[in-house]
Amino acid sequence: MTYSKTEATVIETRAEPAPDGVAAPRRTEQAAALLQRHGALAVLIVVVLIATMVFPSFGTPDNAHNIAIQSSFLAVVALGMTFVIISGGIDLSVGSVFALGGVLAAYASRWGLLPALLLPLAVCGLIGAVNGVLVAKARMPAFIVTLASLLGARGLLLAITHQGADTFLVPKDSAFAKLGQGTLAGFGYPVYLAVAAFAVGGLVLQRTRLGQSVYAVGGSEDAASLMGLPVARIKIVVYLASGLLAGFAGALNAARLSSGVTILGVGMELDAIAAVVIGGTLLVGGAGTVSGTLCGVLLLGTIQNMINQIGSLDSSYQSVVSGAFLIVVVVVQTYLSRTQRIR
Amino acid sequence: MTDAGAPILEVVGASKRFPGVLALADVSFALAPGEVHALVGENGAGKSTLIKLLTGVYSPDSGEIRYAGEPVSFARPLDAQAAGISTIYQEVNLIPLMSVARNLYLGREPRNWLGLVDFRRMHREAGALLDRYGIDVDVRAPLGSLGLGAQQMVALARAVSVNARVVIMDEPTSSLEPREVDTLFRVIGELREQGVGTAYVSHRLDELYRICDRVTVLRDGRVVHTGPLAGLDRLRLVSLMLGRDVAEVRRHGLTQFSDSHAAVTNEPVLEARNLTKRHVLSDVSFDVRPGEVTGLGGLLGSGRSETAKAIVGALPVDHGSVVVAGRRLRRLSPAAAIRAGISLLPEDRKAEGIIPDLSVRENIVLAAMPRLSRAGVVSRAQQDRIVDAFMKRLRIKAASPNQKVSELSGGNQQKVMLARWLCLNPKVLLLDEPTRGIDVGAKAEVQQLIDELAQEGLAVVLISSDLEELVEGADRIVVLHAGGVVDELTGDDVNESHLMAAVAQDAGERSHD
Amino acid sequence: MTELTVSTPSVDRHRIARYLQVYGVYAAVAVLLIFNALFTDNFLAVSNLRTQLVQVSPVVIVALGMALVIGTEGIDLSVGSVMALAAAVLPMYLGYGVVPAILLALLAGMAVGALNGTLVAVVRLQPIVATLALFVGGRGLALVLAGGQLKQIHNSTLLAIGGDDVLGVPVIVLVAALLAIAVGFVVQRTTFGRQLVAIGGNRAASQLAGLPVRRVLLVTYIACGAFAALAGVLATARLTASDPSAIGNLMELSAITAVVVGGTPLSGGRVRVLGTVAGALLMQLLRATLIKHDLPDSMAQMVQAVIILVAVYVARERRSR
Repeated sequence: MTYSKTEATVIETRAEPAPDGVAAPRRTEQAAALLQRHGALAVLIVVVLIATMVFPSFGTPDNAHNIAIQSSFLAVVALGMTFVIISGGIDLSVGSVFALGGVLAAYASRWGLLPALLLPLAVCGLIGAVNGVLVAKARMPAFIVTLASLLGARGLLLAITHQGADTFLVPKDSAFAKLGQGTLAGFGYPVYLAVAAFAVGGLVLQRTRLGQSVYAVGGSEDAASLMGLPVARIKIVVYLASGLLAGFAGALNAARLSSGVTILGVGMELDAIAAVVIGGTLLVGGAGTVSGTLCGVLLLGTIQNMINQIGSLDSSYQSVVSGAFLIVVVVVQTYLSRTQRIR
Repeated sequence: MTDAGAPILEVVGASKRFPGVLALADVSFALAPGEVHALVGENGAGKSTLIKLLTGVYSPDSGEIRYAGEPVSFARPLDAQAAGISTIYQEVNLIPLMSVARNLYLGREPRNWLGLVDFRRMHREAGALLDRYGIDVDVRAPLGSLGLGAQQMVALARAVSVNARVVIMDEPTSSLEPREVDTLFRVIGELREQGVGTAYVSHRLDELYRICDRVTVLRDGRVVHTGPLAGLDRLRLVSLMLGRDVAEVRRHGLTQFSDSHAAVTNEPVLEARNLTKRHVLSDVSFDVRPGEVTGLGGLLGSGRSETAKAIVGALPVDHGSVVVAGRRLRRLSPAAAIRAGISLLPEDRKAEGIIPDLSVRENIVLAAMPRLSRAGVVSRAQQDRIVDAFMKRLRIKAASPNQKVSELSGGNQQKVMLARWLCLNPKVLLLDEPTRGIDVGAKAEVQQLIDELAQEGLAVVLISSDLEELVEGADRIVVLHAGGVVDELTGDDVNESHLMAAVAQDAGERSHD
Repeated sequence: MTELTVSTPSVDRHRIARYLQVYGVYAAVAVLLIFNALFTDNFLAVSNLRTQLVQVSPVVIVALGMALVIGTEGIDLSVGSVMALAAAVLPMYLGYGVVPAILLALLAGMAVGALNGTLVAVVRLQPIVATLALFVGGRGLALVLAGGQLKQIHNSTLLAIGGDDVLGVPVIVLVAALLAIAVGFVVQRTTFGRQLVAIGGNRAASQLAGLPVRRVLLVTYIACGAFAALAGVLATARLTASDPSAIGNLMELSAITAVVVGGTPLSGGRVRVLGTVAGALLMQLLRATLIKHDLPDSMAQMVQAVIILVAVYVARERRSR
């Protein structure tokens, strides 16, 4: 799978008769840039307002807690996906890695909190690192490499659970179980952990050299390499992070459910990609924010919640709406980025 | 003032092979500190391969690279940079989506006590750095929103600010206004004073004589001359580059073009009228007559390729029209242009020309396929006839028409491209850099072919960054600058000095802002 | 002065890699066939061979469409969902007759293909994003249409299509074989096929050469949708039940695997029809071998993963250093 940039960009990068300095950006271009960056937040606010008005049971604290906790796992996975996509890649394995992380965590939880976290992190991190090495060093397309990981991780998952027959249980009242099920001010611990992860992730992306490098690699891998950046290393780090975060999210989920459920995570990678794209990150790489992804995740969660509220609708409606949403957002995003004069 | 002391960067007896071609053979090159060393040669002579050896993109197959006296081996560009070798490329190799400041400091962003990037300091220092070089841009703006010349100046500022001991410049002025060229030369002067060694690659002989101390000439992958530039006659330099006798060069000019051709008739076969596209082209109009070679001249970024693309409908325009043989084209698209008899040989044959995995035959018939098929099924017989005819006429060297086109040499690939457009029997042929990146022999053949086609009555539009080629090949030159037509040279005015003046004149008039 | 050409060892390595990429899959299929003939009971029995061929046919059909799309440097993630959609539409219209029902199911697939093609060719979205949306939403749509229920098929003609033979060959297998021959012909001998390959090889060059790029892309995606729908119809007929929640699950992975393993590069520019068929056969044989020797499903998945990686590794573009 290649991420070839369209020929439109090639033509427009050549000519430049504009005088030195910046041609003052027109109002519409400024508006487009603003929309691109904060569109997700705007849409989220609008949707939440509509939902609160239409559904009486939507605006309750209980429901808010519900949406928050349901979304927190996808949020952590999508955080890793954001890094990968900004760097110009893609990671299709996160769903399987999520499930694998959960099963491993449940399995190791009998020995305590630390093993329950360390085992999934170690294994899922390793998978992420392997993804990164194959993409960065062997120069294989990310799409295929992570597709293979998707299959391999799920295969591994089935192997350690005897084809899905075993379900490992988390000991009741253990510290690990409390991590997943405890609450503070009504919000579950996983919510706080997700928010903390986003805060750290955002900081790393915007304010560290590593973060700047990730944007550069996604913006133009060749230029980044010529500018002296260690492109291969950056890519490996990014996929490693994605694997770790997916594993962590899976472990948290297992803590919450008190067991390692094997059928989870199928299709989760697509939700994560959808959340990232809806949040304003360009799929070609080089631009995007973690805050946008958070909005995207909350938006998807809100939509799901709204559909549940209606009750009479099948849950399959949720995927239809998500799919439609995704198309609209991506088309709008494409037109917005074309009006911006990147020459 | 050069000190012939120990060289700071040296290549000794290096060779480099690629599948099917020997790019460099036993090349030696030495750059002294405080020296500005010109590296010249025709396209395909090996200049860019040598640069890539020096900057760590490639490793030599044999031979050695020495830096500050010690043998080194750069595994990748990062190593060369870390060692203090900085490079400016012809294409701006920066990140368009990121801001000017972020591009300037990528990889070495200033950090605060927490280890986080200090943006305020970065913007401040970026502004100061650019001020020093007289570059007036908003450091927060995305790099891609600047003009090509401004982008190139930012690349220069970055290359120079990393405390390099060697700076390599590959065709740095191809998109610069004369004012920016002055800035560049001032910077090079400063580098010289600081003892930095500069390698300067360019085919603009005027610039070389203005700024460089020594010169090394490459031809067909070997060094044919190295020595001081002062006292080396221009004509002798060119004859060294081309491998031809000085007297012959003086007599025949630098290219294979014969004297000018007469237009068959004064009726234009193609009229470009008011082609305009915001930020790219402004009101470009000119005529093309059959039997005549019309050149499009101007700096890189002046809109020549864009004009050619606009004429064939590959670049959508805001308004303007194209008239072919008196009839205005209703729709501007490549297919419509082909139907009307206009063919464009694009500048970048790798990106827009050859279909690498397909055969020579399929590449040649690509555009003509619908005419060579019956009811949607391709007719091999018809294709073979055309392919054979053109392979003979253009002397395309290939094992067979079924050989993969990516295996051919650059020159033969270019001929395949020409065959593709010629087999459509066009009325107008637009050629964008037809001899770029091909060996001297093929170049001569292509130039001769252009002559023949013009003599046969074809209307040819020629775009070339090689000034000699443009001046000798074209009968008239339409000069573009910043997307607009600024001058038209005809008859005796078609020479290098007039051309340079035409390009510079307008820039001078505009620089009062 | 002619160019100096030198033959170097790296050229031979290229050639070996290329042979591996093109012919490796046939060798692997042969190896598996021989292995099974020797070590698996009843492998060469007609009933077993029949089963294998019947099972692999839907994959072959989908993979053929996928190969065309991949040939244009694109991808279609929605094929599984299209199968589900076709399976959902089919029983809805059986009341009007088998032929109208099948036609409508195919039309549904073509409509999805048209949408994909428009997003890719006109809006110029990346194929992975364009088809992603339908992957996400398509199955949901199918479930909504079917009311989330599994429906038994009682129509005798349809059941005959699913279960009977023509000239001793199951209908499904025949359809797959005929389709493979047709696609092979189109790719090699028609203007459309050659233009498709050219567009995948270098889209900008094709555009400049006046090729009808948008039209070709649109038709390619429509064809892929149609093939997927056809596979859905046939699979439903064979299962004697329409089950939109299960049918076509992970089919996009199987199809992409078959295409890639069969030697068609993801970067477009070449379509290997025979290789695609062989790729599908290879994966089928692999699965069968593992099952017959009592190896768990998990192993099959992991092996499949390794095979994909090896196939792509061998096929990747080499950059000279």
